[in-house]
Amino acid sequence: MKPMLLPILLLQRMQHLVDGGKLWAAILAVTMLLLAACSPASRVGAVTPPYIDTGVDPESWTVVPAGELPYGQHDHMTLLDYDYEIMITDVTNAQFARFLNEALADGTLHIGAVEVEAGENVSLHEGVYAYYPGDPFHGYEHEEEIKAGDKLYVSFEEGLRLTFDQETETFAAIPEYANHPMTMVTWFGANGYCQYYGWRLPTEVEWEKAARGVELVNGRGLPFPWGTEIEGNNANFYSSFDLFEKMFGKLGNTTPVGFYNGKTYDGYQTLNSASPYGLYDMAGNVWQWTGDDYPDQHYRYMRGGSFYSYAVDLRVWKNNSAHPSYYSPQVGFRCAR
Amino acid sequence: MMQSLSKRLDYLFRSTRGLTLVAIAVVSVITAVFGMLSGPMVEWGVKEVVVRGLGMKLVEAEREGRIIMLYHTIAMTVIAIEVYFITELLPMKRHEQTTINGTITIGYLTAGIFGLLFAYWGHNFIFHGLFLLGQSLVFFAGLLLSAALWPWKKEYRLPKDSPYAHTRGGLDLERLAFFVMAVATLVSASFGAVTGSYWGNGHETFLAEDLIRVPHKTELQKSIIGHLHIMLTLIAVAITLIVGRWKDFKGVLHKIAMPLMISGTIIITAGALSVVWVEWAHTIIYFGSVFVMLAALMYVIYAWDMLIKEGVAVQGLNNPNAWQKIRALLRDPLRFGPGWQMVFMNFTVSGVGIFMAVKLEEIFRVWPHREERITLTGHWHILSGLIATIILMYFADLSGLKGKARQWFGWLLIIMSDLAFASVTVFSMKRLFVSEVEQQPLVNWTMLLTDLGLAAVLVVLAIFMLWRLYDLFQAKGYWTQELKAERKKAAETEIAEQKHRLEELNTALKEVLK
Repeated sequence: MKPMLLPILLLQRMQHLVDGGKLWAAILAVTMLLLAACSPASRVGAVTPPYIDTGVDPESWTVVPAGELPYGQHDHMTLLDYDYEIMITDVTNAQFARFLNEALADGTLHIGAVEVEAGENVSLHEGVYAYYPGDPFHGYEHEEEIKAGDKLYVSFEEGLRLTFDQETETFAAIPEYANHPMTMVTWFGANGYCQYYGWRLPTEVEWEKAARGVELVNGRGLPFPWGTEIEGNNANFYSSFDLFEKMFGKLGNTTPVGFYNGKTYDGYQTLNSASPYGLYDMAGNVWQWTGDDYPDQHYRYMRGGSFYSYAVDLRVWKNNSAHPSYYSPQVGFRCAR
Repeated sequence: MMQSLSKRLDYLFRSTRGLTLVAIAVVSVITAVFGMLSGPMVEWGVKEVVVRGLGMKLVEAEREGRIIMLYHTIAMTVIAIEVYFITELLPMKRHEQTTINGTITIGYLTAGIFGLLFAYWGHNFIFHGLFLLGQSLVFFAGLLLSAALWPWKKEYRLPKDSPYAHTRGGLDLERLAFFVMAVATLVSASFGAVTGSYWGNGHETFLAEDLIRVPHKTELQKSIIGHLHIMLTLIAVAITLIVGRWKDFKGVLHKIAMPLMISGTIIITAGALSVVWVEWAHTIIYFGSVFVMLAALMYVIYAWDMLIKEGVAVQGLNNPNAWQKIRALLRDPLRFGPGWQMVFMNFTVSGVGIFMAVKLEEIFRVWPHREERITLTGHWHILSGLIATIILMYFADLSGLKGKARQWFGWLLIIMSDLAFASVTVFSMKRLFVSEVEQQPLVNWTMLLTDLGLAAVLVVLAIFMLWRLYDLFQAKGYWTQELKAERKKAAETEIAEQKHRLEELNTALKEVLK
């Protein structure tokens, strides 16, 4: 899991492409290599940020009471007739490392190579995996079957903010990233984490209610967890000029969970951007996997936008979707119960 | 003073070049103002200044609706430009030309002004009503255009030995292609209008790229998706036909191209609109696209062959080698450019689309929706941009741009726009070469090159427009020559029409007196 240089990765990719007879792709890779070699920009994973204590406890939960909420961009009044609890913050790297250690110890999880299917393509990933019972399959147009079998939770790749000690077979969060959201985790990994503790991923409706509350301003639900307008120091999004963009360029990096709580860090003043129920990072920082498995499709949905997103994608009703085996430095999750 | 103003207004609103200049200025102003609300302008804080300075009311939940109105404003202005070109290039009665141009001008300006007021400065039924009225006028102008283009009229029949594509009966196939395009546009606009009007009854605004993964779309949503795709395609078909007329496309290739263009336009339109009901509509669209793209290829071959022949003749070469031919081909960027942009489109639009379709399972079913959305919006922004550059090349040629100014304008337009479009294409396809963890240098470079390319194109356009503005303040500016030439042509057309009418009346009189 040592950080690798981009040119090396690109060279490896190029070799693979040439081997595969994809000359055109190799030419493009060479172009990218030249561009990458010229670039002075830093990138995610290349620099380690300082540890920042936000004072927000990632172990805490809050109750969202039963009732109607304005749902979606067009504020359809929707009833959730039950109370539920949801995590105040995203699951952190430290929390996920603890889970991996516990679940490895009791045999729920395994380490090794696991097949990841993407259409007709099957690739082998070295990482942590566990059994998943599969999803109902309807054979609808563009729907892919999610079969029962071993599914990748995290892949041992650059970008993972965990270290693995082979001797003791234990994971640990990179200290500076301990309270950053857990990223590079598949939907299977996020779902597995919540289920391991008897919880679940929130549905999209639950997520949105927790994010925007039930208040109507001028007849409309809130577009952002904290109100109707967004400032750079409300959330971690693309070119929001946060502390981490100084280190990582304007694409930025994750911020510690609960970072935007009104505190000042190294002269950087944040705005208290908690949702009406006191949740942090419900807009920006990382996309959050949600739990719905909709019929006639294999996609899993994410909410909230990320540090890679423009502000428009931080509006509470916007979603993103991907194959459940997708993982990314901008995708994390939190649980509900 | 009044006479001077009247002359200029006469030029701006009654001549093809003047009307086109006004429309390009309108698009430029819209692009300049509303372009400041997104992209790097947000990062640099320009958006905030513009919004506050102009007193815009931007409600977050209404962003999609605002964007849709903005697209419509720009699209209708571009359609107006194409209509001006068509009424100038194709034979029609003088009164038809003036009525069509007048109607569409009032239409796009009304729709644009009140649409943008409604979208960005506050909702009221007057603004929205006038927006709809403007659009209706544009539609009505389309009806008038279709009637004027009616290719079965006796006077538009071609002789048997004509070098232009025609049937045995003399039906002008190029005119038929324009007619089919115009009618298809009206039908497709109706698709948008009918579903759009339903919004008032509770249907909800959306951007098509946000719905791409919804497995069960409603008929209304599918109608809008079909509408927006076919409208842009038909704008592209129209500009291809226009540049063909501009370059006097004729001969064997013309005779092959026109039937292809006619059938392709009909098939694509049918395919795009059948998206509502037919599951395999994409197959119909692909089938029609092959016809249209082959027709465009015929034009490119013809236009470049002509350029080479002319260039070689100018150089006085009898047996030119490949290098000399290439030099001949590249000697005039404004004449080389339209064909090149059509070829380039295959790399940045069609090629990407086909590649994505082939790799659907490996790419789109795995990639996050945001990546798919970038590719989708990227490809149609590029197509729109390419069409805009072709329009500008044609207009610069009409404006009589010569010498070094022509070379600089033409080459900067081609090179810098293509740099931007290529960079956007690489950016949108980046997941093929680089993972999210390592993407930052690539993103930085492609964004930088895109901004650089677009900024250069906008600067070139601004210089060109400032030159035209300066010219307009000159008592004997270039505009006076343009006005004179167009008035002369209009007078000649009207005299010919009157003579023809007189002949008809004389014949009728003779019949009566017999």
